[in-house]
Amino acid sequence: MSTDNVVDHDTVPPANKALLAVAGVLLAIPMIALLWVGSYAKKDPELWGFPFFIWYQFMWVFLCSAMTFTAYKLVLKARPHRPMTNVDSRESGR
Amino acid sequence: MNALAPTAAHTGVNGVALTVLIVLFVLVTGMGFWATRWRRADSMESLDEWGLGGRRFGTWVTWFLLGGDLYTAYTFVAVPAAMFALGSVSGFFAVPYTIVLYPIIFIFMSRLWSVSHRHGYVTPADFVKGRYGSRGLSLAVSITGILATMPYIALQLIGIQAVLEVAGVGGSNALAKDLPLFIAFALLAAYTYSSGLRAPAVIAFVKDTLIYLVIIVAVIYLPTKVGGWDHIFSAAQHKMAKPSVANPAKPTGAFIPSNQQYWAYATLAFGSALALFMYPHSITATLSSSSRNTIRRNASILPAYSFVLGLLALLGWVAIAAGTKPIGLDGKPNAQLVIPQLFEDKFPSWFAGVAFAAVAIGALVPAAIMSIAAANTFTRNIYRDWIKPDATHAQEAKVGKLVSLLVKAFALVFVLALDKQNAINFQLLGGIWILQTLPAIVVGLYTRWFHKWALLAGWAVGMVYGTIAAYNVINPTTKGHFGGSLAMIPMIGQMGYIAMTALVINLLIATVATVLLKALKVAGGPDETIKGDYFADAGDPRVEKHLAMDAHLTTGAP
Repeated sequence: MSTDNVVDHDTVPPANKALLAVAGVLLAIPMIALLWVGSYAKKDPELWGFPFFIWYQFMWVFLCSAMTFTAYKLVLKARPHRPMTNVDSRESGR
Repeated sequence: MNALAPTAAHTGVNGVALTVLIVLFVLVTGMGFWATRWRRADSMESLDEWGLGGRRFGTWVTWFLLGGDLYTAYTFVAVPAAMFALGSVSGFFAVPYTIVLYPIIFIFMSRLWSVSHRHGYVTPADFVKGRYGSRGLSLAVSITGILATMPYIALQLIGIQAVLEVAGVGGSNALAKDLPLFIAFALLAAYTYSSGLRAPAVIAFVKDTLIYLVIIVAVIYLPTKVGGWDHIFSAAQHKMAKPSVANPAKPTGAFIPSNQQYWAYATLAFGSALALFMYPHSITATLSSSSRNTIRRNASILPAYSFVLGLLALLGWVAIAAGTKPIGLDGKPNAQLVIPQLFEDKFPSWFAGVAFAAVAIGALVPAAIMSIAAANTFTRNIYRDWIKPDATHAQEAKVGKLVSLLVKAFALVFVLALDKQNAINFQLLGGIWILQTLPAIVVGLYTRWFHKWALLAGWAVGMVYGTIAAYNVINPTTKGHFGGSLAMIPMIGQMGYIAMTALVINLLIATVATVLLKALKVAGGPDETIKGDYFADAGDPRVEKHLAMDAHLTTGAP
């Protein structure tokens, strides 16, 4: 392996910061939405007899799932895996 | 047995249900003992075989084991019981808790997976030792893990007891009442001892089949039987608005949280979510996945489980509409019995028996996994690090087995000593303790800014504060200590989950102490991880520096 290819693994792998930030926002939204209890602690509007308080939280199961999955795809794109190829020589040199 | 039964007719022995329960129970006990032959190893005399099932569990077995962490007596007995007795603030917070759980897993568990993969960490205490070069901090984390697991196991035992009581087993005096529990416990202890992690892995198949069957039938059938969801919600609202028996100035519970309860609801949900994956058993299960991305992918699929959990929680309110009277064999009301009682009242006896078995077996599997994880933690982070560094594999396996018995015995002490009326507190009490390891573990995944002694100081203060605050919560009905998990949040003046207050205090102490220690130039320990470790994936080479000593733990698929 030529020295040009040697990577210092004691650094953070490069990433698309903007995409990572979007993923972070997607993960934060469900947490904020559910921890802001005042926004949904009410009975109306009802849906099929379910108070808003109940069905709103059930709805977030699906929204959160979708957002986490989108965040997963974004993170894969933002920071492709950097294999630790030349790490053995580094380890022995420490 | 009949002589011991109280006057309330429906709490007598239900012969058919009890027979079905016993048959299924005997079946899984047999499977538990047989499990030692499953994927038989050359020798069971190592921690790797006993405590990690030889690390040969594929995706499916791991999935069932993870299900064991999720569907427990907490889901089946404690959450619906809390909904039945005290309403949404005490019970329904489990839904947002299990929703926000997954973004949290997504964010930090993939990092923990990567660094553990590179360094062969099996427990959170392993990571803390490597990251901070501190055996003391690692000891604190492992003790907390074991301590916090005990009330969680105790919660499982309460689930088993609730089923047995509704089926009519046990008597009115203390000994007869707890005897069936002791027998179930002894069987569990015996096959966990002999088969290790293989036992819950084998039984988990039966457990999940029974649980899904019962949940689907119950959630579809019961609401139509008691007059529809409209009626269920109005009955629940009516009950929660009535004056409380213990304190007539207050309502019985919350139908929808009032604005004084927003902090309580949010901190219970968020605190429980942060706490869950600090437990030894959840971390072991997560680290057993085959790659970094498996965790992140799963995090986006697993919330489906929260939906079913929400429906189960609502069964507590279905029981209100159905007029379920959870009366124990001692003739006193006991909310923990509400779900088994609902099944007994509304279903044919044979199906009630299946439901009882689902709850009882559903409690056995996680109890076994938890006690094994606690035993692994003890063996690896206390026994080998502090007592006998040159322990052989056989010695480690022996210690692990014995500790799994001890952990269960202590869990039994929790069952007998603490107030069982509101069993959900057992899980919340464990959460108060385990959350105090978060700064060392989770913050440590991102930065080593905190000093190891500062983290230890923060942990100690958080533990003491949390325990005292929880001790001071008096149950208004029974006057017992540890009666709840909510206390006034200093500065904010609202009720909140003690674990979160303790965590904030913990972080404050750790921050101040870090600044002081850095000003005094006190050296921190060596860090054996490098930045790249936190982004490693399957296929990356591993650091095998302790190869000679613990090859059996650092190699093999994590």
